[in-house]
Amino acid sequence: MGLKRKDLLSLTNLSADDITLILETADSFKEVSGREIKKVPALRGKTVVNLFFEPSTRTRTSFELAAKRLSADVINFSPSSSSVVKGETLLDTARNIEAMQADIIVLRHSSAGAAETLARGVKSSVINAGDGWHEHPTQALLDLYTIRSRQMGFAGLRVAIVGDVAHSRVARSNIFALTKLGAEVRVVGPPTMIPLQISQLGVQVYHNLDEALRGVNVIMMLRLQLERQGRALFPTIREYARHYGLTGERVKLAEPGAIVMHPGPINRGVEIAPDVADSLSSVILDQVANGVAVRMGILYLMSGAG
Amino acid sequence: MPPSTQPPMTTEPTTGNRQGRVVMDAGDIARAVTRIAHEILERNKGIKDLALVGIRTGGVHLAHRLVRRIHDIEGTQIPIGELDITLYRDDLSLRKDQPILRKTSVPFKISDLKVVLVDDVLFTGRTIRAAMDSLIDLGRPAEIQLAVLVDRGHRQLPIKANYIGKNIPTSREEAIEVHLEENGEEDRVVILRA
Repeated sequence: MGLKRKDLLSLTNLSADDITLILETADSFKEVSGREIKKVPALRGKTVVNLFFEPSTRTRTSFELAAKRLSADVINFSPSSSSVVKGETLLDTARNIEAMQADIIVLRHSSAGAAETLARGVKSSVINAGDGWHEHPTQALLDLYTIRSRQMGFAGLRVAIVGDVAHSRVARSNIFALTKLGAEVRVVGPPTMIPLQISQLGVQVYHNLDEALRGVNVIMMLRLQLERQGRALFPTIREYARHYGLTGERVKLAEPGAIVMHPGPINRGVEIAPDVADSLSSVILDQVANGVAVRMGILYLMSGAG
Repeated sequence: MPPSTQPPMTTEPTTGNRQGRVVMDAGDIARAVTRIAHEILERNKGIKDLALVGIRTGGVHLAHRLVRRIHDIEGTQIPIGELDITLYRDDLSLRKDQPILRKTSVPFKISDLKVVLVDDVLFTGRTIRAAMDSLIDLGRPAEIQLAVLVDRGHRQLPIKANYIGKNIPTSREEAIEVHLEENGEEDRVVILRA
């Protein structure tokens, strides 16, 4: 029973059963989020610290709301307003936070492995909210939850992940989780954005979007990180949009009833056409709503007295 | 079914092979449910503004039986809800492992209704405290009443049932198990020695 682990750092070391437990627990919290009084006393007296070294609105707000709906106390730490600018190391910052009796630390950091380092150094539970290009486990879990809530099973499910897979922690976490649950994952993008050895993770590589979309049940678009332009990953935004932008025409290539996902924030007219983002097949806003329920589930499962 | 050995709220499944003494059989349970259904109707003067909410999991099954029985008598289906009180337990922050969460489903507005909570065994009263808090977070019922199949005593909170299937005096060390058909077992209430 329970997750039996102190931290949530990566989806590689969660079993299919662990993932199912998290999704089922999230289901109960979805009900709480639909109530008039969206609050339960489960984490009363616990402190959750959001330690975000990278800008984030969605994920931080989602964790904050999740913790508050569980009656935990929430503190937001961001580097600009803390002693990090004075040269304090990650571990020292975290130890200070821990000394203030934080039960759970939610970490977003630009370096891969930051959450792991932190977890080894502190007694508090650590939840990885994105570390560099490595992983973003809670995003993948909310994506899985959204797929599941559309009555889709994972065994044999065909999922296309489209875009800058190489620089995407969302893609990596989703690949780990989806393949573990028996889904067939295709990654699609220009060769500069697909890691060379990625087929070792059990995915199929495509460079042509139209081919990749044939027969898929789920289209998962990644955000084109416009700030990476000029690093020779793609010639122009326009050319990228023409080859890898999701249009209404392209959605028709997928299975009827296929859903379109995006972790946000979306670049309208770049990786996703506005009419697709607003269409019935788009579950982008469901993902945001489900994110709170999934994070409530994770916080709840990790809040055992340990 | 939850045995009720330890004083805190327990939801651990039965460990199995211990020999027990049957204190209620299928007939006893059926008659108790019928009587409670009548008592609920009598006390509330019919079914107006009445709703039943079962506490997971044994209470949910009993609530469904009561709703069916009330339907037999009055010819009308009254609203029924299911409550998971896990998030309201008073021992949550003390546990190493968090208990499995199941869904709360109360698909109607409870404000201004007379809500009858239904549980299988009334013991320390802590589950009922949690259920009342959970219910009040969903709205402001006009009244909360309590129906239980078995009252085994040893209250730790000032809580009393309005409708009781059977009072069964027990020692703290004994356990009461309620087996129900809905779980694929034969209907019976068993008392287990420590």
